[in-house]
Amino acid sequence: MGDARAPRRPLGLRLWLSGGWLTLLVLAAILAPWISPQDPLAQDLFAGRLPPFWQAGAEPGYWLGTDSLGRDVLTRITYGAQVALVVALVAGTATCLVGATLGLIAGYYRGWVDLVVSRLIEIWMAFPPVLFAILLIAVLGPGLWSIVIAIVVIDWTRFARVVRAEAMSQSAMDYVASAQVAGRGRMGIMLAEILPNVMATIVTMLTLEMGIAVIIEAILSFVNLSISTDFPTWGGMISEGRLSVHQAWWVLVFPLIALFLTVLSFSQLGEGLKDRFDPVLR
Amino acid sequence: MSNLLYQVRDLHLSFADMAHKPLIGAAPRLQVLKGLNFDIPQGSIVGIVGGSGSGKSTLGRALVRLLEPDSGSIHFDGRDITHLSEDELRPTRRRFQMIFQDPMSSLNPRRRVGGIIAGPMRLHGLDRISARVDDALDHVGLPRDFRSRYPHELSGGQRQRVGIARAIALEPEFILADEIVSGLDVSSQAQVLNLLEDLVRDLGLTLAFISHDLSVIRRLCSRIIVMQHGRIVENAATPELFEAPLAEYTRELIAAIPLPDPDQVWF
Amino acid sequence: MSNAFLKIRNLSAQLHDGTPILRAVSLNLNPGEVHGLVGESGAGKSMIGKAVLGTLPHAIKITSGEIWLDGENLLTLPTAIWRKRIGARAALIPQDPLTALNPSRRIGPQITNRLVDILGWRRADAQTRALDLLAEVHIPDPERVMRAYPHELSGGMRQRILIASAFAAEPDMIIADEPTTALDVVVQKQILHLIRDMQQRHGTALLFVTHDLGVVSKTCQSLSILYAGRVVEETDIHSFFNGPAHAYSAALLAATPKYTAPTGSLKPVPQSVIDAVQGEIAAFDRLGRGGA
Repeated sequence: MGDARAPRRPLGLRLWLSGGWLTLLVLAAILAPWISPQDPLAQDLFAGRLPPFWQAGAEPGYWLGTDSLGRDVLTRITYGAQVALVVALVAGTATCLVGATLGLIAGYYRGWVDLVVSRLIEIWMAFPPVLFAILLIAVLGPGLWSIVIAIVVIDWTRFARVVRAEAMSQSAMDYVASAQVAGRGRMGIMLAEILPNVMATIVTMLTLEMGIAVIIEAILSFVNLSISTDFPTWGGMISEGRLSVHQAWWVLVFPLIALFLTVLSFSQLGEGLKDRFDPVLR
Repeated sequence: MSNLLYQVRDLHLSFADMAHKPLIGAAPRLQVLKGLNFDIPQGSIVGIVGGSGSGKSTLGRALVRLLEPDSGSIHFDGRDITHLSEDELRPTRRRFQMIFQDPMSSLNPRRRVGGIIAGPMRLHGLDRISARVDDALDHVGLPRDFRSRYPHELSGGQRQRVGIARAIALEPEFILADEIVSGLDVSSQAQVLNLLEDLVRDLGLTLAFISHDLSVIRRLCSRIIVMQHGRIVENAATPELFEAPLAEYTRELIAAIPLPDPDQVWF
Repeated sequence: MSNAFLKIRNLSAQLHDGTPILRAVSLNLNPGEVHGLVGESGAGKSMIGKAVLGTLPHAIKITSGEIWLDGENLLTLPTAIWRKRIGARAALIPQDPLTALNPSRRIGPQITNRLVDILGWRRADAQTRALDLLAEVHIPDPERVMRAYPHELSGGMRQRILIASAFAAEPDMIIADEPTTALDVVVQKQILHLIRDMQQRHGTALLFVTHDLGVVSKTCQSLSILYAGRVVEETDIHSFFNGPAHAYSAALLAATPKYTAPTGSLKPVPQSVIDAVQGEIAAFDRLGRGGA
């Protein structure tokens, strides 16, 4: 029975698809200045509300059409990906670091640290998150870094709660007692024994959080509280596209699709990675 | 020079009873060990037996100082370890090791067997670690190439051998075995018990063997401590305990063992 | 034995990937008889009981064989009718009294609901029956226990309740799946005593799944020894303990610790015996495939 070693599992379709979309997006964001057909900010009132390429009246060079000010939709989505991905990576990682660290310490050390962290989580959870974020931006002033800070501040509890519970259940396992009998210190046990066993959970949540960060950024842009309005963001595009949805649906729909695929890809990436982190499933 | 490896005097230990914690204020204490006195002589195999809730596992964890007693004292090789801090204990830790009941939960699922056995040795700064891992695997009768396997790839009996290998790799003087065969099938149970017996003899270990099963304890132990409700109700040499049990509870325990014999008058 | 109440013939089952779980298992259970199913983990002993009750895990499929209950082959019936037949005639005493009772519901309804919902009893009758049974399994103050939640009771008490519940509808057969493994020896003795008493008083046939030869010798009249999904020996209790016919059974008996034996080394099951049984089973599998 012990000899049956499962062959390494293939990557799986969802990991391919989600990884593929995110890779495409990263490349597009980095190469935006070179591959974009148009200038993201250039207005051309004579080329307003051009439809996407397969519809009558489309013009070459404007693949996904233009908005009411004549700005190219595809170009703006590509540049919008820069903001979305920077927010996803920076805010997601920062939220994860803050939340997971506090959760791990609270769950393993217990005692007064846990008391403080737990109370803090409970108080935090009582604030409506989006309102909280809007309030924060109002205080900090709009800008990329304000968004990142706002996301970390409102979402660290998501990590802290789950990681704390996981660390607590792992602490009760005998392999922790066994490390203590072997003479490992508290810090060593937390980092070498417990952390690797909550890592799968942390990674899954991290990718989920990246998707959530993209959504929060879009929401804040939607209510015009994101970075300066002249730089293209998906949320800003959706907000503008909403006004002219009956005349030019493409201005609303394409950034929405980009947003949807990105958030979905992040969560699917997490699901796929979780299995690969589990030595029993791997 | 004393030949008593452990001396335990008036040992008390309690847990916070969170189930009955009042809304405000501290939880009441649940007395688990209520004044224990006994010695473990060097080189002996002592059995600790009792039902669930008797405090036998708590006592075991106090002996290897996974738990700190409330009062009383534990002397290990003449030194008072009752209230030593983790830092003060660390150099001594190598001398008393533990084998756990559930080999699956006591082996870190994310480590390979080699790393599991080597980990404690690295902590204590031992040399020739790779050779020592091989030695330990040899001692417990596992093939050396098992070092690259994960715990979930092993059978229950093999996992328990890894647990034993990890404990003996540090060359301790004392090993605490907490219900180490209760999760195993009888065939691997017999193998693990025989292995433990050989190791104790060959390596000159002192062993405390916690079990709920008197049949197993009788096979292995020279002396038996019977616990009930956090107290020691009997502490006697094995032959005496079975031939002339003094405590009512000991008699009850012996009478409750179903012998594999349909003619035994039991009910 | 034509009067057997439950007859299993050549029952085979396997996992999705083809790993055999049961290999042509045959056994008889006579009315009022206690039959032990003995084996080590992975031998398939619990799977036989689950196959009869129709509660096999989804991953396991029955590939061939017959399960006759009172002249009717259950395996030819649609699942719904199978469940109904079995539900009226058989009951289960599960292994773990901690998880077998729903922690968020009171004890009373957990006993009576089966009688009311599945067997169509009147609620008042079910209530009276439950109180009688709790008294019969020596539970003090049954009225109070009916209103209690599982966590308020000890493990032994909960196992008594599950026993009462199993006997509630006067089934002809009860499958006891390692009913005392989770209990202390002293409590185990009381529970085994209780199961035997109840079984004799109600004349119920009992399929007793266990890994413990000591327990078998106290409770069963006959037994089947299983290894890797196959019955290696089926015999009555006295001939088994006087000298098992199969080498594996003999080795299993030798590996069981007895406190009456003098201190010394146990005899583990020798590798040669394991190899021999596995060889036998492999040969048997080839035979089975060739014949089919």
